[in-house]
Amino acid sequence: MNVYANASSLHADPWTGFSDGAWRTEIDVRGFIQENYTPYEGDDSFLAPATERTKALWEKLGELLKAEREKGVLDVSADRASSITAHDAGYIDREEELIVGLQTDAPLKRSIMPNGGLRMVENGLEAYGFKLAPEVKEVWTRYRKSHNQGVFDVYSPDILAARKSGVITGLPDAYGRGRIIGDYRRVALYGTDFLREEKKAEFHALDDADFDEATMRLREEISEQYRALDELREMAAKYGFDISHPAQNAREAIQWTYFGYLAAVKEQNGAAMSLGRISTFLDIYVERDMAAGFLTEEAAQEMIDDLVIKLRIIRFLRTPDYDQLFSGDPTWVTEVIGGMGEDGRTLVAKTGFRFLNTLYNLGPAPEPNLTVLWSTRLPKGFKAFCARVSADTSAIQYENDDLMREKWGDDYGIACCVSAMRIGKQMQFFGARANLAKALLYAINGGVDETSGKKVADGLEPITADVLDYDEVVAKFDKATDWLAKTYVKALNAIHYMHDKYAYERIEMALHDRDVLRTMACGIAGLSIVADAFSAIKHAKVHVIRNEDGLAVDYRIEGDYPAFGNNDDRVDDIAVWLTETFMDKVKAQPVFYRDALPTQSILTITSNVVYGKKTGNTPDGRRAGEPFAPGANPMNGRDKKGFVAAGASIAKLPYGSALDGISWTASATPSSLGHTEEDRIANLCNCLDGFAAAKGFHVNVNLLKKETLLHAMEHPEEYPQLTIRVSGYAVNFIKLTREQQMDVINRTFHATM
Amino acid sequence: MDARVHHPHPVAGVHHDADHGFLHSVETGGAIDGPGVRFVFFMAGCLFRCLYCHNPDTWKLHNGRRVDADDMLEELARYAGFLKLAGGVTFSGGEPLMQAAFVGQVTTRIKEELGLHIALDTQGFLHESLDDDWFNPVDLVMLDIKHIDPLRYEKLTAQPLQPTLDFAHRLKAMQQPAWIRYVLVPGLTDGADDVARMADFVAGLGPNIERVEVLPFHQMGASKWAELNKPYALADTPTPDDAATEAARDVFRARGLVAS
Repeated sequence: MNVYANASSLHADPWTGFSDGAWRTEIDVRGFIQENYTPYEGDDSFLAPATERTKALWEKLGELLKAEREKGVLDVSADRASSITAHDAGYIDREEELIVGLQTDAPLKRSIMPNGGLRMVENGLEAYGFKLAPEVKEVWTRYRKSHNQGVFDVYSPDILAARKSGVITGLPDAYGRGRIIGDYRRVALYGTDFLREEKKAEFHALDDADFDEATMRLREEISEQYRALDELREMAAKYGFDISHPAQNAREAIQWTYFGYLAAVKEQNGAAMSLGRISTFLDIYVERDMAAGFLTEEAAQEMIDDLVIKLRIIRFLRTPDYDQLFSGDPTWVTEVIGGMGEDGRTLVAKTGFRFLNTLYNLGPAPEPNLTVLWSTRLPKGFKAFCARVSADTSAIQYENDDLMREKWGDDYGIACCVSAMRIGKQMQFFGARANLAKALLYAINGGVDETSGKKVADGLEPITADVLDYDEVVAKFDKATDWLAKTYVKALNAIHYMHDKYAYERIEMALHDRDVLRTMACGIAGLSIVADAFSAIKHAKVHVIRNEDGLAVDYRIEGDYPAFGNNDDRVDDIAVWLTETFMDKVKAQPVFYRDALPTQSILTITSNVVYGKKTGNTPDGRRAGEPFAPGANPMNGRDKKGFVAAGASIAKLPYGSALDGISWTASATPSSLGHTEEDRIANLCNCLDGFAAAKGFHVNVNLLKKETLLHAMEHPEEYPQLTIRVSGYAVNFIKLTREQQMDVINRTFHATM
Repeated sequence: MDARVHHPHPVAGVHHDADHGFLHSVETGGAIDGPGVRFVFFMAGCLFRCLYCHNPDTWKLHNGRRVDADDMLEELARYAGFLKLAGGVTFSGGEPLMQAAFVGQVTTRIKEELGLHIALDTQGFLHESLDDDWFNPVDLVMLDIKHIDPLRYEKLTAQPLQPTLDFAHRLKAMQQPAWIRYVLVPGLTDGADDVARMADFVAGLGPNIERVEVLPFHQMGASKWAELNKPYALADTPTPDDAATEAARDVFRARGLVAS
């Protein structure tokens, strides 16, 4: 199907009408954008609704999605390991699709990627009633080693113990690490021939280098990269496209860019497979085609809708355990929209609006994970439209462009939830997170796990006093976190060494510069618990209750203490100190694989529920098993002064010590944000401006009625698209476990008095 | 200004001190308590016993935390930059006029030191004891009128209606910008005639009435009644649906008023 007036609506010179900048001779997508994009300062009135074609295609897919919800997994291609070229072309409806390409040969049919780990594949297949082809199993048991095997070949006993107890958890040692964003725009702007030549030049620039281990690893990787580019071209050819040359119109630009991304999700089952920052880039092509009379607004929207349909059905085969940890089927196809340029012009373009408009045209959905880069200086029309989309769909998140631009420039994307990285110039070694609340309990119990009674951390002395003394706990916690940081970084070094070796991201890295900045992205969970616990120890009196073995298993608090989330420095300063101190302990480690720059996030995704299950009673008064607050949130119900005070507390956490992001989820009922839609939009915009100005990093905005959620729990079939934000992403509410649903509901709904 | 407010008709339970007051709680992100986003001081103490009160925990003055003006200014000042941009500060409760001497001190200082927009959410019942000057720092009065029929009003609130109506007229005379707030409670305040009479009254007040807020009754206060072990007469009262609320607003709009 073609939206163009006729099939020859192509610019014979693909770069016609574009600037004569340096981007023409060397890869420089940012330069291309800066010299060619059209900032848009207006409102949303230009947007077009979904066409009949779009609606029909979405409805057709709706039937498959329903069948998938019932079965868990609709179908799996268990006969072969996935690769960029493993499958033939697949379609939802070949005649009707404007943007084509599926991960396998049929929609929602998942592939298997045993490079990460065969057991994960087998468990995933078995859980949903599928069987692995024997020849695949033979290859990955007899001839080919997986990332998972490599990691466990080197893990030390302390890492294994920490992993088992859950003081370090979610490590990407049995699955793809993800959180790498290829610069998929390069495929559209340059075509694969140009990219291949550049990679060859990078390779040969190292011909005379000393052949040390690092150089040989790099040379081998570059060889893999240009092989992957050849496979990308071959994959596109199966769909009838020659992408060796640059895209010649907007449709091709969207298609080429998507092919780049598609190759990545055929090759990698990464924990987060983010898209990057494509909307303003694509807008340049849309504007050019509109100026040439090739495209109408309706046609432009239709192509974006079609692309987003594809992004909504990215799937990976995962195990039910994994899904429980991450709530449903997250893929984190994160696309950032908005932001300001370094030159002061806004990077908002009309196609950013078109992406947000898909939430109306196709209804709300968790993917792609649309992320607005908020700046107080964004155009009013864009701010208002974002606020309206939030109020109507609860499907978008906000991150502080004014903070990130200073650090990462104006062409960064977000991997996963909150991890900023310069597109094509930076990647991260994803490190999941350490459970600080458990570390505090280890400090009290001398490294003995409070739930299993087993020794996990060596070299720690327990506290024997009946009332916790602040200075003693600080000193013991210092030792416990020394141990934790050391064990944690060892594990991450092992994981990423092996991932590079056995599950290297060929196509994603082919769409990067040769020399990239690597971050070692550590993380902490339970920040508000530990801050509150220290506050209780300092400002109230915390009695220890021990079991017959002398293990501290519970605490009795006498008196009140200030809790995190009330803009009270007596405890907020403790949270800041914890953030800075743990970051410093990580940084102090002697070795980071590939000289990665250590960073950390304060993020839990939805694993706050699972962390809670694994962690005993804590000295802040939280009961064993009770969920942690998500991300950097205050503990449930302890923020007594409303969301502005809560946001002010969170905004104090220093981004410089948490460069991988600080996540806050704020939920409210729509009626609490104003009596009229106009009020709600104005108030939300002002709150976002206020939070950004206070250096708050990230906020999920959920505007939902409690009753709707309760009703959806009982009648999930009526709410297939009900979307809520949790930590750094969005989920289908009905795909959460019941426990997670209750956690969401119990969390502070900031319904004002 | 005299630190003590002159009371022609002393009312039991009123707190006369100007140097300290009783604060029940604060809400830093109130978006339905005046224009924009508000920092709301919920002052403790109220003489009314509205059947549908959603803050019955604020009735008793001494349920609040003892504070002085410095405490209040200090807490508020942290948000002043944001509030200037986004809204302002609102005194609610409870009934803030129960502590009028103290509240007057605080509003004067807020205006002088922080320059914020100040709203007062009140029943107006105690206004007689206040000079016009008391209202100088107040940018907006949000006057709650629970019912237009004197008998029903008294039944609903345990206090007479007339002082509130007098206050409404006084606001007009003072040309004090004001919003009228009317809670729509099924079976109690939503009779067609009641709404129409209320609208007639408000329409007769004048251009200082900038907005009428028709607020649908909600059950969010129910748990507080339970916690206080007080019988809650409205446990089974439903929340009016959007259509009913809109219809009531239309009654006000039909008289040329802005209603939301």
